[in-house]
Amino acid sequence: MALITVSNNSLTAITAVPASVPTGALTLIKSITASSSASISFVNGASGVVLDDTYKSYVFKFISMHNANDAADFQFQVDTGANTNYNQTITSMGFLAEHSEDNSANTLAAAGGSAILHQETVFQDLGRSLGNDNDQSLSGELHLFNPSSTTFVKHFIGVINEAGTDNQSVQRVIAGYINTTTAITTIQFKMDSGNIDSGIIKLYGVK
Amino acid sequence: MALIKHNNNSISNVTSFAQIPSGTPILISTQTASGSASISFTGIDSTYDVYQFEFINIHPATNSAYFQVNLSIDNGSNYNVTKTTTYFHAYHNEAGDDSALEYDAARDLAQSTSYQDISYQTGNDNDQSASGTLQLFNPSSTTFVKHFITNINSYSDVSGTDYTINTYVGGYGNTTSAVDAIQFKMSSGNIDAGIIKMYGIK
Repeated sequence: MALITVSNNSLTAITAVPASVPTGALTLIKSITASSSASISFVNGASGVVLDDTYKSYVFKFISMHNANDAADFQFQVDTGANTNYNQTITSMGFLAEHSEDNSANTLAAAGGSAILHQETVFQDLGRSLGNDNDQSLSGELHLFNPSSTTFVKHFIGVINEAGTDNQSVQRVIAGYINTTTAITTIQFKMDSGNIDSGIIKLYGVK
Repeated sequence: MALIKHNNNSISNVTSFAQIPSGTPILISTQTASGSASISFTGIDSTYDVYQFEFINIHPATNSAYFQVNLSIDNGSNYNVTKTTTYFHAYHNEAGDDSALEYDAARDLAQSTSYQDISYQTGNDNDQSASGTLQLFNPSSTTFVKHFITNINSYSDVSGTDYTINTYVGGYGNTTSAVDAIQFKMSSGNIDAGIIKMYGIK
């Protein structure tokens, strides 16, 4: 009897593995690399983006986000349906720990400005007053829970570390909710001034 | 025509499932401490943009020791990357009469090559330990500093009193050289027991 062999290394016709086969808890949905970008948007149904009830929560990872303008703020907003106005109502809080490279200052404090919103439709700060030296950047993640719910508000939690414009390390925690019971279908990230010079944003679905 | 069946449970030579979304994190390595002076992970590279470490019941040999981390740019020959960091924690004792959220200026670093504390006075009673996570972002970049974020909860012994202490450390390795190794140890004595898992996040 002739031997039956599988001659390549890719099983291209298989589209799912049995539930008994362990896979990672995060599924990479979309990765977007900034290159002097005014903004980066993830729109459900466009360019392979999934932001619907496929997953109950989503994670965005920010990898070395570098702002073109010094002291810029890294921000996000969301929208519903086919809208792209990015002006949903947000109530949020934030706090930060900060420590300067010259050891002249350290603090644990409540955040200010657009890091804490009360029923406002402006962009929510994730990072503030970021340095734009060649080696400075921001990294971290944002969890968005149950964006497709038509019952509940949409909670989010962000944890960021950033290199600040005054040469300090800043760890920032931001949490809040988008005060709508309409499904969220799109999210946009940008700097409050100037472009996102470089960086990668990855969108994951959480199983 | 006869059906062709592959009747074993392992297709060891398959390296990709082209149409299946890849799951992540990918478990890269697991190390179990057993009276270990330190635990190191070398060979970190650009395969992943984010590396995540899970600490499972890190148990110090010496009471009230701090669990610590440092980075290397020479694949583990030296763990001495310059770091600027922040350190804060929330604590509450078992008696219920002491709790707070505070920044600890004694534990942060300003352009220091020292090991960074990432727990607070973890106890060495048989049931005491520390567990949590550390994320290291873009370690192989040759352009940017290397951000990291940790969150660890510790069953701690502070001057003979038992506390839960939730510690947050954030910071960056202030180097544009690629970070290719990371080391964990206690501030005093060995890591008596515990598991550290390293994951890559695609």
